[in-house]
Amino acid sequence: MPERRLVTLDGNEAAASVAFRTSEVIAIYPITPSSPMGEFSDDWAAHGEKNVWGVVPDVVEMQSEAGAAGAVHGALQAGSLTTTFTASQGLLLMIPNMYKIAGELTSYCMHVAARTVATHALSIFGDHSDVMACRQIGFAMVASGCAQEAHDFAAISTAATLRSRIPFLHFFDGFRTSSEVVKIEELTDDDLRTMVPEDLVRAHRSRALTPDKPVLRGTAQNPDVFFQAREACNGYYTACPPIVQEEMDRFAKLTGRSYHLFDYFGDPEAEKVIILMGSGAQAAEETVNYLTARGEKVGILKVRLYRPFDMKAFVAALPKTVKSIAILDRTKEPGAIGDPLYLDVVTALREMKDLGNWPFLNEPRLLAGRYGLSSKEFTPSMVKAVFDELGKENPKNHFTVGIMDDVTHTSLAYDPTWDIEPDDVRRGLFYGLGADGTVGANKNSIKIIGEETSNYAQGYFVYDSKKSGATTVSHLRFGPKPILSTYLISRANFVACHQFEFVNKFDMLDAAVPGAVFLLNSPYDKNEVWDELPREMQEQILEKKLKFYVIDAIKVARDTGMGGRINTIMQTCFFAISGVLPREEAISQIKYSIDKTYGKKGAEVARRNKEAVDRTLENLFEVEVPAAVTSTRQRPPIVSDEAPDFVKKVTALMLAGKGDLLPVSAFPPDGTWDTATTKWEKRNIALEIPVWDPKICIQCNKCALVCPHAAIRAKVYDPKHLEGAPATFKSMPYKAPEYKGWNYTIQTAPEDCTGCNLCVMVCPAKDKSNPRHKAIDMAEQRPIRESERENYTFFLDLPEVDRTTAKVGDVKGSQFLEPLFEYSGACSGCGETPYVKLMTQLFGDRSLIANATGCSSIYGGNLPTTPYSTNKEGRGPAWNNSLFEDNAEFGLGYRLGLNSHARYAEFLLRGVASEVGESLVSEMLGADQSGEAGIAAQRARVAILKEKLLSSANPQAKNLLAVADYLVKKNVWIVGGDGWAYDIGYGGLDHVISLDRDVNILVLDTEVYSNTGGQQSKATPIGAAAKFASAGKAIAKKDLGLMAMSYGNVYVARIAFGAKDAQTVKAFIEAESYPGPSLIIAYSHCIAHGYDMAYGAEQQKLAVNSGIWPLFRFDPRRVAKGEPPLQLDSGQPTASVAQYMRGETRFRMVEKQDPERFKMLQAAARKSAFQRVAVYQQLSALTVPKSAPEETKAETVAAAGSEE
Amino acid sequence: MDLKTTYLGLELQHPLMPGASPMVLDFDRLRRLEDAGAAAVVMNSLFEEQIIGEEVATYHTMEMHEGASGEASSYLPEPPDFQLGPDEYLEHVRKVKAAVKVPVIGSLNGTTRGGWLEYARLIQEAGADALELNVYELQTDFNESGERVEDRAIDVIRAIKQAVTIPVSVKLSPFYSSLSNFARQLDHTGVDGLVLFNRFYQPDINVEELEVERTLHLSNSSELPLRLRWLAILSGRVRPSLAVSGGVHTPLDVVKSIMAGAHAVQVVSALLQRGPEYIRVLRGELARFLEEHEYESLKQMRGNMDLMACPDPKAYERANYMHLLQSWKF
Repeated sequence: MPERRLVTLDGNEAAASVAFRTSEVIAIYPITPSSPMGEFSDDWAAHGEKNVWGVVPDVVEMQSEAGAAGAVHGALQAGSLTTTFTASQGLLLMIPNMYKIAGELTSYCMHVAARTVATHALSIFGDHSDVMACRQIGFAMVASGCAQEAHDFAAISTAATLRSRIPFLHFFDGFRTSSEVVKIEELTDDDLRTMVPEDLVRAHRSRALTPDKPVLRGTAQNPDVFFQAREACNGYYTACPPIVQEEMDRFAKLTGRSYHLFDYFGDPEAEKVIILMGSGAQAAEETVNYLTARGEKVGILKVRLYRPFDMKAFVAALPKTVKSIAILDRTKEPGAIGDPLYLDVVTALREMKDLGNWPFLNEPRLLAGRYGLSSKEFTPSMVKAVFDELGKENPKNHFTVGIMDDVTHTSLAYDPTWDIEPDDVRRGLFYGLGADGTVGANKNSIKIIGEETSNYAQGYFVYDSKKSGATTVSHLRFGPKPILSTYLISRANFVACHQFEFVNKFDMLDAAVPGAVFLLNSPYDKNEVWDELPREMQEQILEKKLKFYVIDAIKVARDTGMGGRINTIMQTCFFAISGVLPREEAISQIKYSIDKTYGKKGAEVARRNKEAVDRTLENLFEVEVPAAVTSTRQRPPIVSDEAPDFVKKVTALMLAGKGDLLPVSAFPPDGTWDTATTKWEKRNIALEIPVWDPKICIQCNKCALVCPHAAIRAKVYDPKHLEGAPATFKSMPYKAPEYKGWNYTIQTAPEDCTGCNLCVMVCPAKDKSNPRHKAIDMAEQRPIRESERENYTFFLDLPEVDRTTAKVGDVKGSQFLEPLFEYSGACSGCGETPYVKLMTQLFGDRSLIANATGCSSIYGGNLPTTPYSTNKEGRGPAWNNSLFEDNAEFGLGYRLGLNSHARYAEFLLRGVASEVGESLVSEMLGADQSGEAGIAAQRARVAILKEKLLSSANPQAKNLLAVADYLVKKNVWIVGGDGWAYDIGYGGLDHVISLDRDVNILVLDTEVYSNTGGQQSKATPIGAAAKFASAGKAIAKKDLGLMAMSYGNVYVARIAFGAKDAQTVKAFIEAESYPGPSLIIAYSHCIAHGYDMAYGAEQQKLAVNSGIWPLFRFDPRRVAKGEPPLQLDSGQPTASVAQYMRGETRFRMVEKQDPERFKMLQAAARKSAFQRVAVYQQLSALTVPKSAPEETKAETVAAAGSEE
Repeated sequence: MDLKTTYLGLELQHPLMPGASPMVLDFDRLRRLEDAGAAAVVMNSLFEEQIIGEEVATYHTMEMHEGASGEASSYLPEPPDFQLGPDEYLEHVRKVKAAVKVPVIGSLNGTTRGGWLEYARLIQEAGADALELNVYELQTDFNESGERVEDRAIDVIRAIKQAVTIPVSVKLSPFYSSLSNFARQLDHTGVDGLVLFNRFYQPDINVEELEVERTLHLSNSSELPLRLRWLAILSGRVRPSLAVSGGVHTPLDVVKSIMAGAHAVQVVSALLQRGPEYIRVLRGELARFLEEHEYESLKQMRGNMDLMACPDPKAYERANYMHLLQSWKF
């Protein structure tokens, strides 16, 4: 038998490794944090890796988790060994099929990275709310607490399901286990073959549906038999726990790792015991080890098999001496007597007592506790707080731990400084940016240390929710013993700051222990750097006697051709200073892994990385720390003093990374938050920002239109407002006739710009004698930050244009309207947000937005700050994200609600006509609200009406006041990506457009699932590589537009702002004005396409000009005018498809893999583009009869005859 | 008619071959070239600058977004066969070699010494029968002397000659101060052939957009005289065999090139315009010319109009221009 390898990997990979090798069919759908399990499987299958029976599993991506569950059920019925991976809402979507799979006693093991179910808010992080929603289905449930267990229990569960025929849900904690990188012992194929014997596999296959031995399942049963038949499975559930234990025992013999249904750790005569499952049990075990070593009578019970719950085994596992027990749940069931594990324990003890199975010396007191929701920290100090509570005379029941509940006072107090981590564990904290490669470098360091030394290693990575300028904090531990610390590092021996800006943002040294090492990437050298630090930081360095090192990593990266990638450089510094490995050995390991990682990506990349390693050591210096603090500058406040109180008290703490300290009372109880908060978060992430030159500008406003972050804006204003303008504020006379005599300014928001360059790329105005200089050029941000900040503040205070007279229908006019979507966390150069911003400029003051889960919901609604904003009247988009799959229906619901309010208001209005004035009422009921002037007039009428109603004695006046605003037209925007519109939400979208309700649907089509990492959707074009289509998609993109057109009643537009911005603006205006369903499909360039987003608009042009993305508008209103409803807005292809495809890695990757196949796919893409354009051309020439001809005599006779 | 020639030590049935161009990327066109009787096939060039550029750009494009989000560790797949670097080109050399019976000449344009050497070796390993080094360096550094540019080229070419065993030719540009001297230096490196001359993308100005656009026009016969002059000057004076490239369109262009001293005639634009089959026409017309003019073989004609053999060598030199001016005076 081959020797088992020690490998460093995360929980997802650990579970997927076993699942892949013991499956024949894998049907999945991406969802955080389980997506990597599917991706690993797809990747292994693409590499031709086989299961333990010698066959490559078939990995299929479905359109939703419901679809995946259906495919799983089918594959199981066909007798295949099948698995899936999911989490959270995805798991909930699988529930109907899971009932069937369990009801049919099907051998099946699925793997869940347990994640919070969305309630008052979505959360991608870990708790047990999803798996606990499955406890009633009839699946066995096995909980892992770390990657090694995820690996081992995947194997044990697979073996047990084949023996017991009970399907298994194997779960582990999302993020803490799924994404924590640790060193584990890998099971060999022989191990898996031993655990999953072929006779059981054959038995599973023999239960398959086959016409060779036909049976029928899925009958419909009636009251006479259903109940009895349902009880017929009971024996299988009774037999299941012993089978699981036998498999655990077999596994122990095989590997030496011994598990039980319930594993007890601690003093055999413990008096206080905590019961829990999942990763929290690791921290609890660590604490128990510490406390028992100091003589405390404590212990923990880890629940491994939660369903079927084996009461006997449970009681037997507890020490007889126990006096008090805390049962900790990582989920919340509001309104229940207690959370699920607690209820199970209470019931189990009671039943065992009733049955006389009562080994305990005392009647233990039982306390329910809740912890760790949404990956909330669960630390030894919290565990200790629970033990302390167990020892109290009058303890709290139904407590919470880990938060401060100052409302219902459920929380236990704990001492956050209580620390039990042994000194032999080295702990490092690394603050970096997503784009600088810090996380990747740290994963690599763990691999080096974990696999090249006898040390155990652990890495956990914390990300903020931004997609541009995202901050990452890596928590790395290394030590001689297995690491049980499943919580963040609060005391570090090594703190690295990979971005100098962070010294002004984060209190990084708070976690540094005395004598720790502080490594700073600094543009200032060892002699200058001290004076550049804020006072607080200097004080900490002195107080804690830190060893302080600097490197100008940006310079080394630049000199070695690495651009902004400082990962290798900072990794080299870490090894050079930390002494974890001998320096030479560490460097040779780094170089070895560079070759391994980048060998395939090109010798040049590897060479540059290795050169960077060599140059690093020459540039790394220890700073001679002065004896005293010299800085007079303190860290600037997180938000401006002008921010609202809530932002200062709550949001600012979250921004500072201290949201954990906020008490329950700080939060709205129903998930309702104020909008317009991104403006308080000044991120300063752009190294360069656009600078305007009025001498050259032609005032086209294209820069403002394309800006993804509303960070470059245009205004026209009466020059009298220039009074008091800052000295460097720029202004020029406005050139067009509509605002004669006014001035014009283009202004950058210096601290909100992400430096994407899109505006400069689209700027058409060049200096005639020096065309390199445009009306907008990029310039270094730092030197002009202060002055431009002042200019921008002044600019924002300039009056907005009068919407009732603005030319909103063209690009230029639209950009004088105030954006009500600003400074989002979207990627730098995002191709989606310019559309969203335009939507809010045109209609945002009367929009309700339904947002499908995905990128747009994350940059749209992820705390701490959100980008939808308000105008001076306080109006702006109201926004909610329901789910991924239901967004069209959710938005339709908005429309139904709005209409019901409007109908009721109209009804009440008629009733008060005599009192408020007949003419006012008739004007209101007949108001033309098709334009901004009409809307403003109606708002004025509503104001008069309200005024009159306030003094009215009419009993209906109050009711009408409450709904009077609905007499002003509101619009509904249903926004989401292609994953939603083409795949998971297509059924709902299709239904909504089939109705005659006035909703507007905006599909931000990036042609992949962007948010979860680029998995293919049905919008993925032919020839493109995406996850689950790594060899290049062979099927053409679904033509959603054509499908929608077939209804005839739907306004449909296909747009690409980079190709034809005027058509984009026109389409939005037409869609909104169309009184039925409208669908806009918007080309959105995306980082998942694999090129510099500065070229996004260029690629859009190529997409359109090559025929890949024809532009059109289909307006059913044109039929009545005798015009063809379809207008094709782009002509015959003029650019080459090859040129379009050559510019993007997603296509080039396919060509590199197999040039011949790519040629075929490219030809197919070209053909399909030409065919599609041809179809549209013909359709655009097609007029549709306005009405049917009069009935013929024969028809009349036939109709009459049919009645006789 | 005996059209046989020896180029780069390769015995060829006749001197006509497609020059370095993307024509060979298409297997259908490649087969048509062979069917039309091409004596050899010159591959499109492997450009080190492009390879490095793509490697670095892809690295940044893909890596910039890795490890930046809790929801996605990456945004593009990493399929097993996705490999950057020269593999795509080398694989194509392998396939071309397998597809045709005539000699396959690889073509390389390097930027770094390491790149030149590494890629030359790899092209040889991929099965090329010979290697054409596309030496072109546009110096915009005002401190760089012509001599240093030449020295650098000579150094690399010498190293390549030592690194590979297949014959090596050097495709030159006409922009050397003393091409004759440079050719002699090349001769001393041991190279097996010289190709006169390469043609590159040239800048053009878009006067509306105020942009510089890169253009590459197809050649025409007017470009041939420059090449004829240098063929004539070098013919018989340097050891390496000579090929003409650029401006050969008509059968008479072929004849003139041979007369000026070419061992091989590379054709690109004419084949792109008239199709691969045009090579058969050129070959037929060449043979007809030789027969009609009662040559015994191609070899008999080759170089009969070079500097050493032609009746009026001064006509190839600067005096040519002077004479004309003088003639106008009278």
